[in-house]
Amino acid sequence: MRPVRLSVLTAAAVVAALTAVTGCAEKSDSAGGDGAIHVTATDTACEVSKKDFPAGKATIEVENKGAKVTELYLLFPDGRIVAERENIGPGTKATITAEIKAGDYEIACKPGMKGDGIRQQVKATGSGAAEKRSPEADAAVSAYRTYVQEQADETLPKAQAFADAVKAGDLEAAKKAYALSRIGWERTEPVAESFGDIDPKVDVREDGLEAGQDPAKDWTGWHRLEKSLFQDGKITDQDKKLADTLMADLTDWQKKVGQAEITPTSMANGAKELLDEVATGKVTGEEERYSHTDLVDFKANVEGAQKAYELLKPIASKNDPALAAELDKQFASMNTLLDKYRADKASYEFQSYESVKEDQRKELSDAVSALGEPLSKLAAAVAK
Amino acid sequence: MSEETSSSTGAEGPGDGSTRDGSTTGAPSRRAVLGWGGAGLALGAAAAGGSVAALRGGTETVPAGMSGAAVPFHGAHQAGIASAVQDRLHFAAFDVTTKDRAALVRLLKDWTRAAERMTAGLPVGEGAVGGLPEAPPDDTGEALGLKPNRLTLTIGFGPGLFAKDRFGLEDRRPEALVDLEQFPGDNLDPARSGGDLCVQACADDPQVAVHAIRQLARIGFGKTAMRWSQLGFGKTSSTTPDQQTPRNMMGFKDGTRNISGTDTAALDRHVWVGGGDGADWMTGGSYLVARRIRMHIETWDRTPLQEQEDIFGRDKAEGAPVGKPKEHDAPFLKAMKPDAHVRLAHPDSNDGATILRRGYSFTDGTDGLGRLDAGLFFLAYQRDVRKGFVRIQRALSKNDSLNEYIQHVGSAVFAVPPGVRDTDDWWGRTLFS
Repeated sequence: MRPVRLSVLTAAAVVAALTAVTGCAEKSDSAGGDGAIHVTATDTACEVSKKDFPAGKATIEVENKGAKVTELYLLFPDGRIVAERENIGPGTKATITAEIKAGDYEIACKPGMKGDGIRQQVKATGSGAAEKRSPEADAAVSAYRTYVQEQADETLPKAQAFADAVKAGDLEAAKKAYALSRIGWERTEPVAESFGDIDPKVDVREDGLEAGQDPAKDWTGWHRLEKSLFQDGKITDQDKKLADTLMADLTDWQKKVGQAEITPTSMANGAKELLDEVATGKVTGEEERYSHTDLVDFKANVEGAQKAYELLKPIASKNDPALAAELDKQFASMNTLLDKYRADKASYEFQSYESVKEDQRKELSDAVSALGEPLSKLAAAVAK
Repeated sequence: MSEETSSSTGAEGPGDGSTRDGSTTGAPSRRAVLGWGGAGLALGAAAAGGSVAALRGGTETVPAGMSGAAVPFHGAHQAGIASAVQDRLHFAAFDVTTKDRAALVRLLKDWTRAAERMTAGLPVGEGAVGGLPEAPPDDTGEALGLKPNRLTLTIGFGPGLFAKDRFGLEDRRPEALVDLEQFPGDNLDPARSGGDLCVQACADDPQVAVHAIRQLARIGFGKTAMRWSQLGFGKTSSTTPDQQTPRNMMGFKDGTRNISGTDTAALDRHVWVGGGDGADWMTGGSYLVARRIRMHIETWDRTPLQEQEDIFGRDKAEGAPVGKPKEHDAPFLKAMKPDAHVRLAHPDSNDGATILRRGYSFTDGTDGLGRLDAGLFFLAYQRDVRKGFVRIQRALSKNDSLNEYIQHVGSAVFAVPPGVRDTDDWWGRTLFS
């Protein structure tokens, strides 16, 4: 986690304001010239009353005429959610409003609340034209969005295993599950941090608490449990409750992660931020000060950064081939170096950071600088 | 003076009157900054031509050290050796991490271009501001608005660079670049010793010197890693004999008979590598010995004045050798105690061995035992390490009464190549070509 959050990724700038199901009276004036879009959803179709509408505040009214429960989404072309409404039962209506910039969008109905849904291309026109991105940029963002969601989805069961061990009072099992439960989070941390409230709940260190916060009452998340397990060597009743709190917060993350605003630039900067995390938290041994599992986080940060880079590589290698070659080289050296600290390259059983000597830490730090410096230039290379 | 070390006027650049922005007033415009990046040094120099003229027209009486002037980067010898000693130092030693000779050569070229710009008071690359908002700026910016402050950047090549199976340079190691022996009393910390490359940054403003090292370190990431670095806050030597010799942390003037930067005969004899010295690529270069010398200042301060003066072999007030009235007077060695520092270090006691001293005082916080971690960061340039520092240090380490109050804790030796002649030349060309 970062003691001070200065994330480049900001929480979705396009705020989706979800309103309650509207009554019939309101529906009657939507037929007028107020610009509302009417969507008629069935089990097999998603009919849209108009495909062009003015940028600004958009109102979408949906009526579910099908037999299945449906969902309605307004999406950016890269699959990012502008606004959504779940759980629209057969025969009911719902309204979504959102502030949108000019540009291309998609409306999707999801009968049965599964799959990609039935999609319609729509367009907002007028002032404040949205940035037009290349198809390869959209592809990169879309693939990264999928990756981020997968990491959250895969983390939940691992975190549950950790929480279950804590709740069962099984110290050894909890210690074993601890670092593994954090990998998906560490790989995608800049995205998670974009939802300002989740990171301080799940990944704050004791010294990261704000003034006036009481460690006994206000400190939650992984590191609180880390201290109990690895330093105090015991699991309290409070810890068992905190395990449930952790799961609730991570479930919140899993739900929200699809809504993060992601752009090629924010992906590149997120990759750089992951290396910054390594440089300031892992190489120093501060992040995992009780468990000394810093190298697991280190590896996960590098993996997450590499994933973002690999997805942006088609753009980067076109705009700045020398930079791409350098990044390929430095990622390879970094991974080779990290492999020295684990016996089995397929596992995340890394050497305890306590046993990593000063000169080895310098070697790791030099490798982080060697990778972090060119990585800081990736955003400019994809923004060209 | 250092001007003699330069045969080129190409790097005079903005001259005395300009700031690091390359303009005489205000912040640089975006176009100006991008323009420099595109056109390089020549444009920077041209843009600032007006201020050079203004200086020559009206402010010639301002001493170089006061005006924030630029020292020419190009010349037959590197600047920062015979150049008038600036007030501040940031010295950095680097390990070369790349195994690729071409990458190392590219780095040396990149460093040279950056050094040209910084010594002229310009930011590196495309500047610190005005670039792409998505990109970190090429220059870190803390020297924006500061004059060149006589910044000199001097590079050296350590013995490791010539190791077998590294860069194919094993046959090019000069014999004069010896691995220093372990002298009696040495307590060397490997983390403060050695290095494949070094850069000595000297300037009258510490921020300018630190900025320069920081830019070079940043450009070097992936090819080099900083091994150690040392800040120096007060010069302890002078290459301008008309000035008083600055005092060290013991309160004494030392090295009062230093080689003058204008004494070309002495420089040629004792400092610059000559054509027939072996290792032709070093002709016009020099050899640098760097020693971090910790001073036990607390015990020194408890030493009676007479004893202090006997240990050095000079008086504390004037810095004059025993029995002489003035600091620059030739010493009468036999009047001093046999173990006096001046007597043992003097050329007459060492078969004429003479070095150019360029050291700085340091205070790196405290030592954890309630004492200042203070001392002298000793820098000496010479034509041959064997005939210079080694000869003198053998005598000093064995007998010097000062040894009770000092300890050598860091050590490095470097071959300092000849100067960069023009904007097509680069640091180390004679070695790698």
